Amino acid sequence: MSATGQLTMRRFADLHLCPSIEDPDQVERMISKSSELGYQMIAMSVPLNITQARISRLQKICSDANLDLVTRVDLAPKSSKELLHYLRRFRRRFEIISVVCDSKSVARQAAKDRRVDLLIFPATKIYKRFFDHAEAELASNASSSLEIEMAPLLSLEGFARIRLISSLREESAVAKKFGVPVVLSSGATDEYLMRGPREYSALAGLFDMGSPVALRGLSEIPVSLVERNRGKLSPRYVAPGIRVVKEGDCCLGV
Amino acid sequence: MPRGVRRRYLALKLVSDGSVRREELMNAIWDAIIQLWGEYGASQTDLALIRYSSERDYAILRCSHRALEMVKASIASITEINGKPAALHIRRVSGTLKALIKKSQL
Repeated sequence: MSATGQLTMRRFADLHLCPSIEDPDQVERMISKSSELGYQMIAMSVPLNITQARISRLQKICSDANLDLVTRVDLAPKSSKELLHYLRRFRRRFEIISVVCDSKSVARQAAKDRRVDLLIFPATKIYKRFFDHAEAELASNASSSLEIEMAPLLSLEGFARIRLISSLREESAVAKKFGVPVVLSSGATDEYLMRGPREYSALAGLFDMGSPVALRGLSEIPVSLVERNRGKLSPRYVAPGIRVVKEGDCCLGV
Repeated sequence: MPRGVRRRYLALKLVSDGSVRREELMNAIWDAIIQLWGEYGASQTDLALIRYSSERDYAILRCSHRALEMVKASIASITEINGKPAALHIRRVSGTLKALIKKSQL
């Protein structure tokens, strides 16, 4: 319920769809499936060298399916220096920047950099999940979010899944302690790995994340992240809290 | 006076490459529950398949209301049935079969 006492519909967002961009049929199938599952906003991982024409084509397909497309890029730098280089180059071109933290130095740099939106850790290499207290504190100060992909929970089996669930339980507890926002996303590579928001919230129960928190990680948190970034990328943005409202000679009415 | 057993009914939509038989569907659901929650957890679900239509790709399941979240998570974790890629989507959950059929227009 909103502050005015009116019931408002939740807007659900899946910030990580990973179809093969080269396969337009699969892209279309996954977009229509997202719409069918009740999402209103999706983000698709795109290559760094994607053209504006291609993005426009994707946006057209999404708007036909009543979806809002968010452009997203996944950076996987090998060093913190490389990460800084990528951020300088690509921050203003994409609405969401996520960093795959493959080493501790990259993880720490990504967590303290305000230009990074989402931190991802490898699902299968548990020893490379660096989301500990120090990382959470840095992420909390820089307003970065932790992204939890749900596809590995579906595709892994046996001991690998047990270890993943155990790490996710620890990480979500650390994120809660330090106030780091957690974004849940599908990470789906095909339509069989896609699930609805309420199904993801049930799956999040596996790592002791309550249903209201999980639903916030699929709605309010990603939507506000995208809106904040769109505001920053608009030509009217000047600095945090300052934006151009009106242009011209008679702005002050003098 | 102790309250009677409370149940929940779930309407499911099946997405699969080929046709799926009733037993195959139930085996996949039980396997998923046992994988995630073990035999002790599975024993608490009180699971039963009420209806299944392979032509219309829908099913109605019944479970104990206490085990609802366990059953939902297990159903969401199914990625294949009988070796073929598949997914089960929960369309609606209700406390009575009558309300479920009415609301999900089955």
